[in-house]
Amino acid sequence: MTTRTPLLHILTDPLLRQNPVTLQILGICSALAVTTSLATAITMCVSLTVVVTLAAGIISTIRRHIPDSIRLIVQIVIIASLVIVIDQVLQAWFAEISRTLSIFVALITTNCLVLGRTESFARHNAPLPAMTDAFGNGLGYSLILVVIGGLRELFGQGQLLGRQVLPLAETGGWFTPLSLMLLAPSAFFLLGGLVWAIRSIRPEQAEVPEHMPPKAEPAE
Amino acid sequence: MAGLDPLNPWRRLLALPNESRAKTLFIAFAVSAICALLVSGATVLLRPIQTANRAAEAQARIESLVRGIPGMAPILEQSGGTLSTVVIDLEDGSAAEEVTPATLDEALSEPSNWTALDRGEDLAGLGRRPDYAQIYLLREGEDISLVLLPISGAGYNGRIDAVLALRGDMNTIAGMAVTRHSETPGLGARIEEPAWLDNFPGTETRGPDGNLRFSVARGEASSVYEVDGITGATRTSNAITQMIRFWLGPEGYGPLMAAIRREEF
Repeated sequence: MTTRTPLLHILTDPLLRQNPVTLQILGICSALAVTTSLATAITMCVSLTVVVTLAAGIISTIRRHIPDSIRLIVQIVIIASLVIVIDQVLQAWFAEISRTLSIFVALITTNCLVLGRTESFARHNAPLPAMTDAFGNGLGYSLILVVIGGLRELFGQGQLLGRQVLPLAETGGWFTPLSLMLLAPSAFFLLGGLVWAIRSIRPEQAEVPEHMPPKAEPAE
Repeated sequence: MAGLDPLNPWRRLLALPNESRAKTLFIAFAVSAICALLVSGATVLLRPIQTANRAAEAQARIESLVRGIPGMAPILEQSGGTLSTVVIDLEDGSAAEEVTPATLDEALSEPSNWTALDRGEDLAGLGRRPDYAQIYLLREGEDISLVLLPISGAGYNGRIDAVLALRGDMNTIAGMAVTRHSETPGLGARIEEPAWLDNFPGTETRGPDGNLRFSVARGEASSVYEVDGITGATRTSNAITQMIRFWLGPEGYGPLMAAIRREEF
């Protein structure tokens, strides 16, 4: 906080090293729910990134005037209002996608990622670094969603962004879609695999085990 | 000098310690006021576009309903693929003179254009019924070959909106499309699945004596007046029965259907 971290560093840090989804396991509810296709995942990412960046900017601008006693509610009101505005915009101009996202846009309000960033970073920093940090976190979240969404759409339907990439067995190709990929559990598997992959490349991200498995001890 | 500065009270307020009661109240109020403005502004500004979207979606569903009815595609192509839209007066079943499709919404925002329903009449659980409705007609030469009637009723979890397509004899159902509902996913929500809606074409609504006999069966349909029920969704199935009976009855499109049978349309 006191040392001046370069903006670039603030921006790129949450992409992999401090990724909010894979390291902090934040915001995975929506990450699992909206990733059945790449298009919905991208819309969700853009919405979340816009909300988190604007919320960080606003909250950081008025950070010296937010009384501590009501700071959470003030932040949530600001976030919720931004979410409603985004939701209305989506309903107006992206009606089709907004129907598939249904409740999950509204649930950005309760996405721990957003409140987490405003509460831990935006509240203590000037608007520019705060917005950079929020934007970086939005990008980090987007990265994971796009990867999972892309994999699920590719292996679930053989498509990417609605365009047929793998020729389906039904129509004379060789690819048989994995229906599991379209169901919620596959998102857990993919996310789990991703977390494991990132943590094996960067072992410093692995957590110290909180509990050791109980050893078989004779009862006292 | 400071006393004359118009910004002074503002500055003094901002300079208050954050934890003081006045400042806490002020911040809470200011934040809510600004957010309220933002939200209502967005809603009001974007509503026309959203309404247009919803109307386009309803139109698309009606078109897919017509296209899905066997034998309708050639007729549609013959008549240029368009349906004529008519606003009718439900009271006497004639075309409404003052109300057009463009002014229908406006007319329906007036409480005087609604009729309250008695408990006995109100099969669909609506409470009140609009006096005007927008219907779609498809003609083959002079004769009406198909009418699309928007219907609605109270479902298990909320209102169900649907469009019922009747053949020119005003008795045989040509198809049905559910345009809006909030039934239980996996149970009542199956009313919008094509697999269930495919039951409707060919079903007859009235017996030879002219009485309404349509119903959603419990289990499998056993007569020409029934469609298969949905297991586990008795309330939703009943709601559909009641809704169709109401709208085909005297308080619904009964007068209109009589007028079409008399070839007054």
